[in-house]
Amino acid sequence: MSEQNKSYPKPKLVPVPSTNIVPERDVDKRPILECRHLGVDFGGLTAVDDFNMAIGRTEIAGLIGPNGAGKTTVFNLLTKVYQPTRGTVMVDGRDTAGKNTIQVSHMGVARTFQNIRLFGNLSVEDNVKIGLHNQMRYGTFSGIFRLPRYWKEEKVARERALELLSIFDMQDMAGHQAGSLPYGAQRRLEIVRALATNPSLLLLDEPAAGMNPSETAELMNNIRKIRDTFQIAIMLIEHDMNLVMGVCEGICVLNFGRIIAKGTPDDIQANPAVIEAYLGRRKEA
Amino acid sequence: MRVILKNVEPAKKASVNGFVNYALVLMAYLLLQVLIGQGMVSNAMQSLLVPVCCYIVMAVSLNLVVGVSGELSLGHGGFMSLGAFSGIVAAAALQAAIPSAPLRLAAAMLVGAVAGAVGGVIIGVPVLRLRGDYLAIVTLAFGQIIQNIIMILYVGIDAGGLHLSIKDEASLHLAEGGVSIIKGPMGAVGVTKLASFTAGTILILITLAVVQNLVNSRAGRAIMAIRDNRIAAESVGLPVTAYKLTAFVISAALAGAAGALYGLNYSSTVSSKFDFNTSILVLVFVVLGGLGSIRGSIIAAALLTVLPELLRGINLKEYRMLLYAVILILVMLATNSPALQDLFHTLFHGKKKKEDAGK
Repeated sequence: MSEQNKSYPKPKLVPVPSTNIVPERDVDKRPILECRHLGVDFGGLTAVDDFNMAIGRTEIAGLIGPNGAGKTTVFNLLTKVYQPTRGTVMVDGRDTAGKNTIQVSHMGVARTFQNIRLFGNLSVEDNVKIGLHNQMRYGTFSGIFRLPRYWKEEKVARERALELLSIFDMQDMAGHQAGSLPYGAQRRLEIVRALATNPSLLLLDEPAAGMNPSETAELMNNIRKIRDTFQIAIMLIEHDMNLVMGVCEGICVLNFGRIIAKGTPDDIQANPAVIEAYLGRRKEA
Repeated sequence: MRVILKNVEPAKKASVNGFVNYALVLMAYLLLQVLIGQGMVSNAMQSLLVPVCCYIVMAVSLNLVVGVSGELSLGHGGFMSLGAFSGIVAAAALQAAIPSAPLRLAAAMLVGAVAGAVGGVIIGVPVLRLRGDYLAIVTLAFGQIIQNIIMILYVGIDAGGLHLSIKDEASLHLAEGGVSIIKGPMGAVGVTKLASFTAGTILILITLAVVQNLVNSRAGRAIMAIRDNRIAAESVGLPVTAYKLTAFVISAALAGAAGALYGLNYSSTVSSKFDFNTSILVLVFVVLGGLGSIRGSIIAAALLTVLPELLRGINLKEYRMLLYAVILILVMLATNSPALQDLFHTLFHGKKKKEDAGK
């Protein structure tokens, strides 16, 4: 028996993706994000339960659902603002158990916030440079004594910051105070700051909130542009169905903390469970 | 709706702004040297020069914690105390090793800075992980603890080196020819005065360089980002605690150096000199000068240190401190009034505002 074992070594067993769906072009690559049975309780309240989802390397995914469904809670679980009560979050195949927000950011997850969280007293340029912080290497000492590394890296950072701002045509605003920008520009700046951290997964929490239809249309193009230029995955929470149906490839619908439907925009629009969650059930005649 | 975009100083302008501060300090120094040469500065005023320098350094360094890092520290006097007494001991111990007085002063200030930094690490590491008012509470306690520890501390020196005791002078067991430097409740006595106005000015310039360069660097940006929005700072991967600690320790080190200079300006110093009132006084300089404004801190510290002495000149001896308080309140009211803020704005940025209005 033991000899047989030696001659036929048993392979290591690895888990395989289950019922998760990703775009076809990403199927031979490891998904950038994979959630398994993710859940969180606040006291006795189960805010999110049995959340399973995978996002492909270059997918634009949507997370929708009625108010209070737990969408932002999912983002907070992914970025470890809350620690999950149950389940696993894998970023690029690596388990994030026990990691904190800062470490998850280092793993390549960047996000924006539903209620904008900019560094309001700093300039637009500095906000982006803070996103670039972990790609700069010079230390506090070089900064205080203005060593050559300081000048060199600051110059590179400035150029990179202006380049990133130019995605949204904001390079002219670089000197303005971030907190004094109009609402839409603040939302765009948050996206630029998140992009500056060089993420492989970008989480956008209601990026179109407060934007007018033409701004939303422009945002849609920009989301696609970002995906194409940076070759990253984007996951967004949004209530504007035109944007979600127009830009997302895979959509996940959440209601009362549970996934009620997954699929392409067409699948979702035809799904009776989704229509019921949003509009309610028709009274039996 | 017309949106007014507020322009923030770009990096180049910020460094120009920094140079204005250096120039301001240097010009004040030269002016005072000329006036002293002409005999136009009273003895009372001359004796205030070094303390003014110390308080300016204290205010600028506290501004790094309160204004730039956004944490309330009520124990800045504690770091000054650490620096003062360690500086005094260092100056006495190095008497033989470094005969030159200015070099000994520099060494003493360095020792004071290290002592302040060590104190900053000890307080900062556990406390800066917490949020909210805990830092204020702990630093308040720290100031009191330092004051009381030095109250019972005896330090002496003889040929064999330094002797420490927390009991009494006799238990120092000093050899023949030994002298005690710190005598418990009596504080440090028989200190050789090493401090000078020039040394104070140099310390201010060093402090300005450290704080201004820090603020305009990667670390300074991170510190301000954490102040503005901690959750967003974490989401872009800034090590929050490490940067809060950096600001706190640098501030404590500068306060320690200022303390050493202060201690070496008098022949005797007691630990109750650096009590809660000193910490609050420095906080008043910072708040009055404007949170985050380095120049404001310099001006507020200089004026408010000299003010009680100026008020002594006019014939109002009994009402001196009352007037001081009234002036404080008036300045607070004035700097918070929108009308006066507009006036200041037109005074200093007159052109810019007109341009904005034209748009």
